[in-house]
Amino acid sequence: MKTIFIKIILLNLLLITSVFSGKFENDIKPLLKNSFKTKEVVINQVSQKYSENDKLQTLLQALMKGDLFYTKQDKTFVVLYKKEGKIYYTKSLETQKQLEPMNKKMFKKVKTNNRLRSTIREKLAELNLFSKDRDIRYNSAKNMLKHVSQNSSVLVQKALKIEKDSKVLSVLNEINTIINVKFGTDKQEAIVKLGDYLSPQSLQALKEIYASSEDKELKELARLSIASINRSKDFYAFVEKAFFGLSLGSILLLAAIGLAITFGVMKVINMAHGEMMMLGAYTVYALQKSMPNLIEYSVIIAIPVAFLVSGIIGIIIERLVIRHLYGRPLETLLATFGISLILQQMVRSIFSPLNQEVKTPQWMSGALEINSALSLTYNRLYIIIFALLVFAGILLVLNKTSLGLKVRAVTQNRKMAQAMGIKTGLIDALTFGIGSGIAGIAGVALSQLTNVGPNLGQAYIVDSFMVVVFGGVGNLWGTLIGAITLGEINKFIEPVAGAVLAKVIILVFIILFIQKRPRGLFAQKGRDAED
Amino acid sequence: MKTNISLVQQILQKDKGGKIVLLMLFFVVVFVAISNLLIPKDSFFYISTYTVTLLGKYLAFALLALALDLVWGFIGILSLGHGAFFALGGYSMGMYLMRQIGDRGVYGNAELPDFMVFMNLKELPWFWCGFDNFFFAAFMIAFVPALLAFIFGWLAFRSRVTGVYLSIITQALTYALMLAFFRNDMGFGGNNGLTDFKDILGFDLQSDGTRISLLVLSFLALLGGYIVSKYIINSRLGRVCIAIRDTESRVRFLGYKVEQYKLFIFVVSAILAGIAGALYVPQVGIINPSVFSPMFSIELVIWVAIGGRGTLYGAIIGAFIVNYASTYFTSALPEVWLYALGGLFVIVTLFLPKGAVGFIKKLNLKKYTEVSNASS
Amino acid sequence: MLLLEHDNTDNIGELKKGNRILYLDDVTVSFDGFKALNSLSLTIEYEELRCIIGANGAGKSTMMDVITGKTRPDTGNVVFGQAVDLLKMDEPAIAQIGIGRKFQKPTVFEGHSVFENLELAMKGDKRFFKTLFACMSGEQRDKIEEAMVLIGLKDFYKKEASILSHGQKQWLEIGMLLMQDPKVLLVDEPVAGMTPGEVEKTGQILTDLSKNHSVVVVEHDMEFIRSIAKKVTVLHEGSVLAEGSIKNIQENEKVRKVYLGE
Repeated sequence: MKTIFIKIILLNLLLITSVFSGKFENDIKPLLKNSFKTKEVVINQVSQKYSENDKLQTLLQALMKGDLFYTKQDKTFVVLYKKEGKIYYTKSLETQKQLEPMNKKMFKKVKTNNRLRSTIREKLAELNLFSKDRDIRYNSAKNMLKHVSQNSSVLVQKALKIEKDSKVLSVLNEINTIINVKFGTDKQEAIVKLGDYLSPQSLQALKEIYASSEDKELKELARLSIASINRSKDFYAFVEKAFFGLSLGSILLLAAIGLAITFGVMKVINMAHGEMMMLGAYTVYALQKSMPNLIEYSVIIAIPVAFLVSGIIGIIIERLVIRHLYGRPLETLLATFGISLILQQMVRSIFSPLNQEVKTPQWMSGALEINSALSLTYNRLYIIIFALLVFAGILLVLNKTSLGLKVRAVTQNRKMAQAMGIKTGLIDALTFGIGSGIAGIAGVALSQLTNVGPNLGQAYIVDSFMVVVFGGVGNLWGTLIGAITLGEINKFIEPVAGAVLAKVIILVFIILFIQKRPRGLFAQKGRDAED
Repeated sequence: MKTNISLVQQILQKDKGGKIVLLMLFFVVVFVAISNLLIPKDSFFYISTYTVTLLGKYLAFALLALALDLVWGFIGILSLGHGAFFALGGYSMGMYLMRQIGDRGVYGNAELPDFMVFMNLKELPWFWCGFDNFFFAAFMIAFVPALLAFIFGWLAFRSRVTGVYLSIITQALTYALMLAFFRNDMGFGGNNGLTDFKDILGFDLQSDGTRISLLVLSFLALLGGYIVSKYIINSRLGRVCIAIRDTESRVRFLGYKVEQYKLFIFVVSAILAGIAGALYVPQVGIINPSVFSPMFSIELVIWVAIGGRGTLYGAIIGAFIVNYASTYFTSALPEVWLYALGGLFVIVTLFLPKGAVGFIKKLNLKKYTEVSNASS
Repeated sequence: MLLLEHDNTDNIGELKKGNRILYLDDVTVSFDGFKALNSLSLTIEYEELRCIIGANGAGKSTMMDVITGKTRPDTGNVVFGQAVDLLKMDEPAIAQIGIGRKFQKPTVFEGHSVFENLELAMKGDKRFFKTLFACMSGEQRDKIEEAMVLIGLKDFYKKEASILSHGQKQWLEIGMLLMQDPKVLLVDEPVAGMTPGEVEKTGQILTDLSKNHSVVVVEHDMEFIRSIAKKVTVLHEGSVLAEGSIKNIQENEKVRKVYLGE
C-alpha cells in the first residue's frame, strides 16, 4: 500500500516535471539548428505556449545577450554567467543549477541576428508588460520606449486597456503617441500631444518629422512640440541643478552648523573641525567593519555614535587646549591646526593612509524618478532632509532648552553668568562638544557621498568657514542661508566654468562680498559689534 | 660706502639677537662654501653639494619666515596665505629658468617648454612673454607678488576685515590659487609644475660653483631683507605699525590711515616672500602648485611662532629649527613627523607664546633677578 | 541748507570765540530698534568748555562715536566748523582735521613707551611714506618733554605703557590729546581713578585748554563738573533734556526728576 502510494507520488512528480520542463526542453530543441527562420518560429511558438513559465524569460534574456549555449556532447542548453579566460561558468537551462566550469571548446553558441533579436525583444516586452509585478511592467514599458516599432502597436493597445498604474500608463501612452506620430493616420493630433512628453525618443520622433515631412503644417506643429519639450527639459534641468545645489548646500550646512556654534557662538576658531567630520565618517567605516550584518542600519546607528565620538574628543580638546586660549583667537587657530595634524596622522596610523570603502545601505541607493528628465538620488535627498532636521534640532536646543539659555548667557557675558552660578567651564566644554558632535554627524552624511580618507576634513574646512563668514557670525539662520546660497551658486557656475574654476569664482565672490558686508549677511549690530 | 655701513650699524644697534643670528649664519655659509669648494671630496671635512642645497633652501625659507613675521609680528596680520607670494616669486623665476632650457627639452622644441608641447599648444601664452629676459623676470619676481598683495590687501583692509576673518580669507586666497595652478590649461605646467631646469644666466645649475653662488646670494638676500625690515620697524612707521597691532582702532583716532600702513607692510612682505621663492626654485630645482597649499602657508606660521613672533631674528631661528627637524624626521621617522609638527603647534601656543627667543629671554631674566637677589 | 563739503579745511571757517565749531543736527542712531540717539541736536562753540552729563545709556558715548566717525548715524548731519561734513569722512580724516578724543576706558599703546605714545599722537603729517623717513626735530622733542612734565610721567618716559597704573594711563591719554593739538577735544570721563589732587589738576588743564580750543567733557563726577563747568548739557534717552549753566541745570525740574531721581 505504502509503496504504491509513494510510486504514485513519484509518478506525479515525474509527470509534472515533464509537463513543465521536459516539454519545454523538447519544444526548444529546434533552436539547435542554424536557420534563423526556424529559430524565429520556435520563439514565437514557445512564447505563446509558455508565457507563464519562468524559464521562458531566462531563455529569451540569454538569447538576447548572446549567453545561450549548448553542450556539444549531449546538446543540452546552458546559460553562461561568468567567463574566466577560456573557462566558462554555466548554469543548466533546465534545472537552473550551476554546472562544472568547462573549457569554452565544449560549448556552442546559439546565434542570433538583428531580426531575431528584435523579435525576442518584443516577446520579452510582451512577457513583462503583463507581469503581475508593477516594476517589471514599468521597466518593460520603458524598454519598449527605447525601441518603438510599428509591431509594438497591438501590444501597447492591449496593455493600455488593462493597465491601472498611472506611471506605467503614462509611458504606454507615450509609446502609443510616438507610434501614432510615426505610423498613425491622425498625425497632427499625435504631434501636438507628443509635445507633452519628455523622453529623448519623443524628441527624436518629432525631429524626424520636422526634418523629413513635406507637409508644412506638420512641420510647424512638430517645431512647436519640439520647443515645448525643450522648454520642459530646460525647466527640469534647472530643477535638477537646483537640487544638486541644495544637496551641496545641505552638506555645507552640516559642516558649518558645528562651526557656527564653536566659531559663531563661542568665538573659538577650530581648525580641527574638519577632522571631527573625518572622525564621524570613520565611525561609519568602523561600525560597518565590526557589524558586517547590519550594513542596512549602520548609517542610522552611526549618527549617535559619531556624535559621541567626535563630541567627546571635542570636549577633551577643549579641556586640554582651547580652555587656555580663550580671547586669543589667532593662537587658538594655530593650536587647533596642530590638533588637526595629529588627528589626521592618528587615523593614518590606526587605519591606513588610503581611502576606505564605506558601503551605502540599499535604502539610500537608487533614485526617485520624477519623470524621464528628472530623477533625484535618494542619498542626496536623505541628506537634505537630514541636514534640515539637524539644523532645526540645534535651533531648538539653543533657543528652547535651559542648556541653550546657559550657553547664550555664557557667551554674552561670562562674568555675569559665573556670578549667577552657571558653571562656565562646564558650559564651554558642552558647547564645544555639541559643535564637534555635529561635525561628527556631518561626517556620517559625508561618508555616503565622498571618499573616506584622512584628508576628508581638509577638503571641507575652507568651504565651511566661507559659509560662516558669508552668513554672518553668531547667526544660525545666516549659516543656513549662506550654506544653501553657496551650494546653489557653486552648482550653477560649475557647468559653465568647470568645478575648479567654480570654486575659485566663489572664493573671489566671497572676498568681494566681504567688502560690502564685512560682518556677513546677517551681521550683529550694536555698539560692541565691532570689538 | 662708509655711510652705508654706519647706517646698517645704526639699524642693527641694540639688536643683539639679530647680530648674533646673522653673524652665525655668515660663518656657517662661509664655512660651507669653503668646505664644499676647496676641500677634496674624500676628506672628512668636505661638505656635500646636497648639504649646500639644503642650507640654501633653509635660507630661502628663513627669508619667507622673516616676511611673515613682518606682517604678523609687527602689524598683527596673521596671513595664512603667504605661501602664495612665495610661490608667485618662485613661478616667475621658474618661468625664466624654463625659457633658458631652450631646445634641450625632451621634445627639443626651442619655442615652447616641454609641457606646452605635450599639451599641444602652438604658441607661447602671452603671460610667458618676456620671461626669457632675466631682468624682466627679476622685476616680475617682485612685481607679481606685490600686485597680488596690493589688490588683495586693498580690498581686505579697506573693508576692515581683521583678525581670524582676515586669516581665513588669506587662506582662501592661496587655496583658490592652488586650485587654479593645478589646472593644466592655466599654462603653468599644472600638477607637475616647472622643473628640469638647466642653467641660470648661462651658469650650469648643477655645478658646485653655481650652487655656492646661490647659497651666498640667499644669505645676502636674507641679510638685505633683515636690514630693510629692521629699518622699517625702527622708523616711526614701524612704531605706528606696532600700535596698530596692539590697538588698531585707537590709531585711527590719532589720524593715521591704518589701511595705508597695513597695505605698505603687506606689499613689502609679499615682495620679500617673492624673492625668497625665487631663490628657492633654482636651488630645489622644481616649483609646483603644492607650494600654494594652505598647509604649507600655515606651517610657515609655526616657524615664526616657534622662533618668536615680532623679533625678526626669531623667525629666522624658527625656520631653521623646524625645517631641520622636518628634513631629519621625514627621512628617519616619517610617521612621527606630523605628530611632532602638530604637537609643536599646540605646545608653542600653550607654553611658549613668545617662542624660543622669548623663552631664552625669560631664562636670562630669571638668572639676572636671581643674581641681583643674591647680591642684595 | 548749507552746502557741505568733506575733507576741506577751508570750510572750517574762522576760528574765533563764539563761532560754531561743531554742530550735530537731528542725529538718530539705532541699534536693532533701540534708539541710542534720538534726533539729537547740539552746537559747540569755539573756545568753549562744555560738560555733558546723563545717566548710563543716555547716549553720551554714542554721541562721541558719531562725531569721531566710529558710528554712522541713521539720519541727521554732523558738521565741523562752518561746512565740513564729518559724515563723509573716516576716523583718521576726522582726527586729522582737528577732533581729538580721549576714551572712557583709557586706551594707550601698551607695547610702546610713554615717549613713543606721545610721539605717535604728535600733530604732523601722518601719511605712511612720511612716517617711514620721519626724523624728530629738537623742537618736537621739547614739546614731548613738556607734555611729559605736565602729565607727571617724566620719570616713566622710557617705560612701556603697559606697566602704568589706571590713573597714569588716564594722564598719558590726556598727554596724547595735548600732543595731537586738535581744535576740538572730546574727553570721556577724564578723572575716573584719579586722586583729588589729580582731579584738580585735570580741571585746571582742561580749563586752560579751553582758552584756545573747544573742550567737550563727559563726566559722572558732579563735583568735578561743578568745579570746571560754565555750560552743561543734559542728555536723556538720546536727546537733549536741558542746557544751561550749572546753576540752571541744578534747579531744572525735569533734570531733577530724570537725572537725580527726585
